[in-house]
Amino acid sequence: MHIHKYEKYFLVFGVGTLVAFLIILGIGAFHQGSHPNSGKKTLDYEKVKEIAPFDNPGVHKVEGKDWDYEVVILASAFYYNPPEIEVPLGAKVKFIATSEDVIHGFEIAGTNINMMLEPGYVSEYVAEINQAGEFLIVCNEYCGTGHTLMHSMLKVVDPNES
Amino acid sequence: MSLNKLTTVDRRDAKLALAHIYVAFIALLLGGLAGLLQVFVRTGQFTLPAGIGYYQVLTVHGVLLGLILTTFFIFGFQIASVSRTSGTFSDLQRRLGWIGFWLMTIGTTAAAVMVLLNKATVLYTFYAPLQAHWIFYLGLTLVVVGSWVGGAGQVLRYVQWRKENKGSKEPSPLLSFMVVINNLMWLVATLGVAVSVLFQLLPWSLGLIERVDVLLSRTLFWYFGHALVYFWLLPAYMVWYVIIPKVIGGKIFSDSLARLSFILFLLFSVPVGLHHQLTEPGIDGTWKFIQVILTMAVVVPSLMTAFSMFAMFELRGRELGGKGIFGWIRKLPWNDSRFFVPFIGMLAFIPGGAGGIVNASYQMNQLVHNTIWVPGHFHLTFASAVVLTYFGAAFWLIPHLTGRKLTKSINNLANISGILWAIGMTIMSAAMHIAGLLGAPRRSDYSEYGGAQQAYDWIPYQIAQAVGGTILFIAILVIMYVVVKLIWFAPKGEEEFPVGDVHESSGPTPPLLENFKLWLVILVALILFAYTVPLIDIISNAPPGVKGYKLW
Amino acid sequence: MANKKKSEDNLKGTFYAVMGVGIFVILVWVYCFNLFIDRF
Repeated sequence: MHIHKYEKYFLVFGVGTLVAFLIILGIGAFHQGSHPNSGKKTLDYEKVKEIAPFDNPGVHKVEGKDWDYEVVILASAFYYNPPEIEVPLGAKVKFIATSEDVIHGFEIAGTNINMMLEPGYVSEYVAEINQAGEFLIVCNEYCGTGHTLMHSMLKVVDPNES
Repeated sequence: MSLNKLTTVDRRDAKLALAHIYVAFIALLLGGLAGLLQVFVRTGQFTLPAGIGYYQVLTVHGVLLGLILTTFFIFGFQIASVSRTSGTFSDLQRRLGWIGFWLMTIGTTAAAVMVLLNKATVLYTFYAPLQAHWIFYLGLTLVVVGSWVGGAGQVLRYVQWRKENKGSKEPSPLLSFMVVINNLMWLVATLGVAVSVLFQLLPWSLGLIERVDVLLSRTLFWYFGHALVYFWLLPAYMVWYVIIPKVIGGKIFSDSLARLSFILFLLFSVPVGLHHQLTEPGIDGTWKFIQVILTMAVVVPSLMTAFSMFAMFELRGRELGGKGIFGWIRKLPWNDSRFFVPFIGMLAFIPGGAGGIVNASYQMNQLVHNTIWVPGHFHLTFASAVVLTYFGAAFWLIPHLTGRKLTKSINNLANISGILWAIGMTIMSAAMHIAGLLGAPRRSDYSEYGGAQQAYDWIPYQIAQAVGGTILFIAILVIMYVVVKLIWFAPKGEEEFPVGDVHESSGPTPPLLENFKLWLVILVALILFAYTVPLIDIISNAPPGVKGYKLW
Repeated sequence: MANKKKSEDNLKGTFYAVMGVGIFVILVWVYCFNLFIDRF
């Protein structure tokens, strides 16, 4: 098998580039903890309303944890509870969400917060909210006729401004 | 050997191949119409008549174009290719082909009827716990089983060639070798979705079992789902590697490298499915990352292909007197639709591939997951690179099989369809990519999302998608006209089935490349490595199963 | 080997073209990576 020398150069360059991408992603993930949602907790989706923390959806200030707020979201066809989320600028927030029926998405448009919500599984993501404004939350996984009625709003308020 | 004697496809094999191609182009027309309706709805200016739902139309679009156009065209092309390069099918092999064809056609019809009756508005990915009518799952099962039976006919013909040419120094016919690789990959991949449908979704929709493990069904689906896209892509690569060189009057750049890249696709297209589930709960991040690494490995054969294509073009262009670094480009046969239309597809694969690497980049997937960037991406890779290559192949394959000629005027029309496609897709796909980065979700009806500013900002891009989509539909109409001409009305004659010869500098093909047992063992080992631990995790940590929902 | 000499096939244009493709891939990726880093 004969390989032209330019092809060798190109493959070295190409494979090198892919390896570089993987190293950058790997450092981000395993050194700095930038993982996408891979939540491990499970529960009985039919009893989810009785199970903490989903018995009390909403924004909760917490103490003594690595984050300042916990935002608990319960998704169902075709609704997010709570319908609106307000957090202060600069807060470190843990989003904790699940679905009580079919698969839904939880995407905060214009941010990196984007996760699948599946019945029986708890999805989690921690973010430092460093930009003020209103961010639309949409369901981005088809869940039925009312799929696009399913939205919410993240309001990030700057405490120094008001 | 006897390779060059087999220049035409036997009439009986041609009939079988044509039957598949007819179904494929009917699917193109109907699926394209569904796509047109979708982009109109998404402008907010148009409402579907007669109570038809947006997601029903979306299901039609996905099933017809993603599953039916592809599988049927691929089989038509592969049957003709094996018959042309390995030899005429035996009666048994051809009968398997027909049984496969009818199983797939009956299955398609059954599934389509359920979608039209609004009993299966679950999109072509049919994610549980949305529950379709059992006939829909049964129909899709028939399509898959039919593809196994039909594929067996093709593989058996290749096995027969190997037996008849035992001890021959020459490698097996390249095109047939590639067909066998694609069938093997398809078989291994469809096992995942077959297990999910037969043991989970079908009994569940029949009421035999009450609950289903949602994450397991999704993981089995995506074990299949990424190989599915390579099943679409490999026939396009067959055209690029083997057919195009002959069309432009050149040579196959390297037989060995072509085989090697197909083997790499076989090995790396299955153990990568988790990259479709990067933002999903219940799957360990480390295993997601391992499959991301394997996904990057599948980029390598595409890099090799890019080099081989340019090299094949450059060698030919220089032979024709092209000077300087890029002078050879002008020497290529730009007026020949058999080359020009697939070439547009090759160009589309460059941004398509670049976007694909972003999709697969682990945490960066959060930027684009389930946004309309994703359909923007696969309308470049699949709905441009792959289908334009299919069309470019159809322009000579159909007349070859029907005993007609691709005339100059039909050829020009074919080129126009390619140009229209390029324009329409550039507009539509660019708008989808940009809107996706702004957060616009995929698979979504028109919505103002309660008057949110961000949703308002997406609307101009939706209008651009409608403009692009309309141009694409016009392109489809032109293609349908060309296809109808080539089937029934073009002048009688002999149209060549072009099969390239290998370039002299390519060197001999190592027999190792044809050792299927070895590659299958490596494939199974890779799959076991990539999936055993995640699957054990998913099954052993499973929460209670989920009942079916019909929310449409 | 007989094909030694043929390995001198002039593929300069190919080399520039594929390197161009590679650089395009890198630019797209870096743009998206930046967007990812910028967002929360």
